[in-house]
Amino acid sequence: MPIKSILKLEIERVSILDEHGNYDEKLGAGLIPDADLVKLYEAMSSCRYLDEVAFKLQRSGRMGTYPQNMGQEATSLGAAYVLNKDDWMVTCYRENCGLFWRGVPMESILLHWMGDERGNAMPRPHFATPIAVPIGTQMLHAAGLAWASKYRGEKQIACTFFGDGATSEGDFHEAANFAANLDLPVVFCCQNNFWAISVPGKIQCSAPTVAQRGIAYGMPCIQVDGNDIFACVYAVKAAAHRARTESRPTFIEMVTYRLGDHTTADDARRYRDQAEVDVWKLRDPLLRTRKFLERQKCWDSSKEEVMMKRIEIEVNAAVTRAEEIAAPPITDAFNYTFAELPADLAQQRDSMQTHSLASEATVTSTAASPGAGGH
Amino acid sequence: MANLNLVQAINLALIQEMEKDERVLILGEDVGVNGGVFRVTEGLHARFGARRVVDTPLAESGIIGTSIGLAMAGLRPIPEIQFDGFLGPAYDQICSHAARMRTRTRGAFTVPLTIRVPVGGGIHAPELHSDSPEAIYSHQPGIKVVMPSSPYDAKGLLISAIRDPDPVIFFEPKRVYRAFREEVPEDEYTIPIGKARVVCEGTELTVVSWGASVLQCMQSIEKSSRSIELIDLRTIFPMDLEAIETSVKKTGRCVVVHEAPRTGGMGAEVAAQIMERCFLYLEAPVQRVTGFDTIMPYYKLELNYMPDASRITGAIEDLFAF
Repeated sequence: MPIKSILKLEIERVSILDEHGNYDEKLGAGLIPDADLVKLYEAMSSCRYLDEVAFKLQRSGRMGTYPQNMGQEATSLGAAYVLNKDDWMVTCYRENCGLFWRGVPMESILLHWMGDERGNAMPRPHFATPIAVPIGTQMLHAAGLAWASKYRGEKQIACTFFGDGATSEGDFHEAANFAANLDLPVVFCCQNNFWAISVPGKIQCSAPTVAQRGIAYGMPCIQVDGNDIFACVYAVKAAAHRARTESRPTFIEMVTYRLGDHTTADDARRYRDQAEVDVWKLRDPLLRTRKFLERQKCWDSSKEEVMMKRIEIEVNAAVTRAEEIAAPPITDAFNYTFAELPADLAQQRDSMQTHSLASEATVTSTAASPGAGGH
Repeated sequence: MANLNLVQAINLALIQEMEKDERVLILGEDVGVNGGVFRVTEGLHARFGARRVVDTPLAESGIIGTSIGLAMAGLRPIPEIQFDGFLGPAYDQICSHAARMRTRTRGAFTVPLTIRVPVGGGIHAPELHSDSPEAIYSHQPGIKVVMPSSPYDAKGLLISAIRDPDPVIFFEPKRVYRAFREEVPEDEYTIPIGKARVVCEGTELTVVSWGASVLQCMQSIEKSSRSIELIDLRTIFPMDLEAIETSVKKTGRCVVVHEAPRTGGMGAEVAAQIMERCFLYLEAPVQRVTGFDTIMPYYKLELNYMPDASRITGAIEDLFAF
């Protein structure tokens, strides 16, 4: 018997607006009206500015470790733009732009990185799950959320975001396998930004594309230029349609680049060449979107100036609001452990509260006592 | 009223909760057509269909991770992890997400799920099929850990667990599955999580135990001429400290019995709580009768590993000789 080829695979790549300004009229037709693109560009610019401010806040000790989103704004934004308002966004921590588009307040994200759980108390109307810190675990929650929708006979789907590094985690594979085999309406968006902190993509995946990982699970796969908002919208739109009408998952590899460090605690100069970063700076999603809008006569430098002034005011106001939120009472750490506090835990809480009040009293009386502060 | 074993009592609780609440669904490996490897979900697939009794891919983290998503969306999933030793792959999802979701979102999201897990040794199972990991999960804030020792308690506790707004690990002692039958009401009833049961009353010594070990404690106590009180904790976390305190203040002596390894086991917690609450009432130091700090041996030696009536009796006599 001759050996036969029983399976041939191919991965399509979609690019609509490339880094040189080339625009595919056919693929892009009707995808994003100019007026919407202006709003999307403003959203990306706002997110970018927040990154700069957040970096400074961390450096000046006003905020803890923060992961900049710089360079990856188009991916989650493209998804958020095209998803329904009640579709789940199940994200990691570099999807600020999409979350803000959903209406998640900027101060929520700031608050989270300022060490306050209330930043994660994302109200249900935004249908966004809290920032997921352990890598690659949230895709399973997306599968579960999508499953719940299907169970109830609803049309709500789940769109989840993760990085190239996360596709090395077992949970990614379990989530893809569950979604494909149980017919769950999930859109898997892998932000391939080439770096998992210091470890390059080739250590995570030695196949030519990350996209093809989805093939093994029997789901449609596609690679898009992740710095191209049109391509991101195009792919998520098709995937969301498939999820909604066929209850089938899709794997989208969004090729993008982390322009900043992994977090403010990282220094990417230790492991990657500036030349590589410089190349990707030219592929910046903001840059090409702005140029496109200018060509469409929808944007100019005076509009840019007006926008930046507005963004500065908005971002700074969000920072002020976040910083004005005082630390929660220590009792909060106890009160949300369970719906109803077990007796022993209530006792621990009460003893801690008594201790806190006693410490405050000591501080107050020391400060008020004569001679205090005389040293 | 029916005379049921533990398997049947759990099966009945599952049926009744599923009939009552459309949000309840079961998922796991072999829970569907096969009815579970211990037949705990027998008949449920036929009765409720593949939508509500779901055979999943063979992936423990996936089972718990998707259950978390289902629960976050407002459903009441009951995932089954087939054996105690296979909880490991799901540890991250249990402890990094299920346990802390309410806290880290300040109540915006909650995870009301009940993880059913057959637990412990004594049924001649292969390795990794006989572990007792209750202390690991009791140490993780945000999870409740339940382990019934009787059919009656199992039904009432499981219903409470399913209705609980927080994640519960419901350990089912394999050795008790078909060990005996008792009267279990058809009618709905609940047993509150966090409440111990006084199995028999006594005045001279308290034995605190849970799960299958309760049966060994009863054997020992039945043969003893002493007046011994036996407390079945039923819930490992949150522990019914009041019941322990009341009893030990009365008896002045306590033996804690569990199958899990000794070091860092929940017996240590019981002993420490007694020190804090009952020190001046004690006639003798608290004793532990437990599994050992070894890997659970293969089944030829499993009966040597697990506390039996004679070891429990030995500890009881030691306390009276102190």
